[in-house]
Amino acid sequence: MARAAIQRRLTWRVARVAEVVDETPRVRSLALSVPDWPGHRAGQHVDVRLTAEDGYVAERSYSIASAPDDGERLMLTVERIDDGEVSPYLTEELQPGDPVELRGPIGGYFAWTVDDGGPLLLVAGGSGVCPLMAMIRHRAARASMVPARLLYSSRTLDDVIYRDELDRDGGDGSGLEVVHTLTRGHPPGWTGRSRRIDAEMLAELAWPPERRPLAYVCGPTPLVESVASALVALGHDPDRVRTERFGPTGS
Amino acid sequence: MSIISRGFRGRRDRTEGGRLPPGQYLVRDFPVLSAGPTPRTKLTDWSFSITGEVDEPKTWTWEQFRSLPTETLTRDIHCVTKWSKLDTAWEGVSVDTLLEGVETAAEYVMAFSDGDYTTNLPLEDLTGGRAWVAFAYDGAPLEPQHGGPARLLVPHLYLWKSAKWVRGLRLMNDDEPGFWETYGYHMYGDPWREQRYSGD
Repeated sequence: MARAAIQRRLTWRVARVAEVVDETPRVRSLALSVPDWPGHRAGQHVDVRLTAEDGYVAERSYSIASAPDDGERLMLTVERIDDGEVSPYLTEELQPGDPVELRGPIGGYFAWTVDDGGPLLLVAGGSGVCPLMAMIRHRAARASMVPARLLYSSRTLDDVIYRDELDRDGGDGSGLEVVHTLTRGHPPGWTGRSRRIDAEMLAELAWPPERRPLAYVCGPTPLVESVASALVALGHDPDRVRTERFGPTGS
Repeated sequence: MSIISRGFRGRRDRTEGGRLPPGQYLVRDFPVLSAGPTPRTKLTDWSFSITGEVDEPKTWTWEQFRSLPTETLTRDIHCVTKWSKLDTAWEGVSVDTLLEGVETAAEYVMAFSDGDYTTNLPLEDLTGGRAWVAFAYDGAPLEPQHGGPARLLVPHLYLWKSAKWVRGLRLMNDDEPGFWETYGYHMYGDPWREQRYSGD
């Protein structure tokens, strides 16, 4: 497996909110300006630190949703957890111009660059699409023709994050295919898939194991467990299946 | 240097006796974090080994391992991804028991697992009643997604040091980075000193 050692110290940086984008009723993207950002690889995350007036500190990790090709501009996409400690502040309080502390990039196994090749199989559940979006954006920024498929499970059509961008990218002729599946109801006339991602869907949409796709699976633990197990059962090499999971408490 | 996040109050998880290390929050469920698919090794194919800088390597089959004396323990656990869980109940074999009769001058250990996972620790952190190879959680066999059939349990360090699906300990004279350590995570990982990443 490819290894990239990070031996430098991860220092806290003060980023500024440049722009906020409401992606869905529960999800907001924060475009941050991060001076001297050292760069990242698509799939990596940052730690965000909030400090109350009396010095109380809370930290959480968020995947980077923007391509490494965007320089000092970093996008985080945050899902509001109603009883969460940090996500309500990030999605409701923070405004353009506000400072926010972060450090990173962190991780490096769940990461992809165009040099890693493909075919690239991306499987997302809910806001698990965020680090995969960084890969899609990186692929687009580099005009890569690596065959890529995103299989993306959302509750309803209104919960689909980056919907317009994915609609656009999915038909741009670069070899990216986007397949949605909706698990909790679909609009009239919906011709797409409407069930949880299962082995049958993966058998149809993942490349055959002989093509040795590089798979990245991100979402809630039950989805990741079942998708990763199904891919291995279909004959895919476990070493080519990388996972990132978040539990119901990831707030 | 820390800036105030205007309007942020925080939930302030309270624990008795300051049981929550800096930067951590409390969970009641048991989140799962792993880098790849969950390995499923049959118990008949399972073994546990002590290898590396030892006079004589040791190996146990599952049956032999399960005939060793066991201990039950209740500990708080802390994950580098910021969650902590209090009073988790385990059953396992003390690493002291596994190392009985092992002659070594090694000072470090690489724990190795199914799925090619590794993590490094000082040997002294695995001895003196501070580490176990656990096979039961909350009175039931350890589920595969939580590291079953058996995982290392070193509760005083961040949980990535408690290697899931552990298959053995390789004793080493010099410290070497394991899987996450190679990606910039801390070589030691003390939650009370918030040693999350290299340089912390």
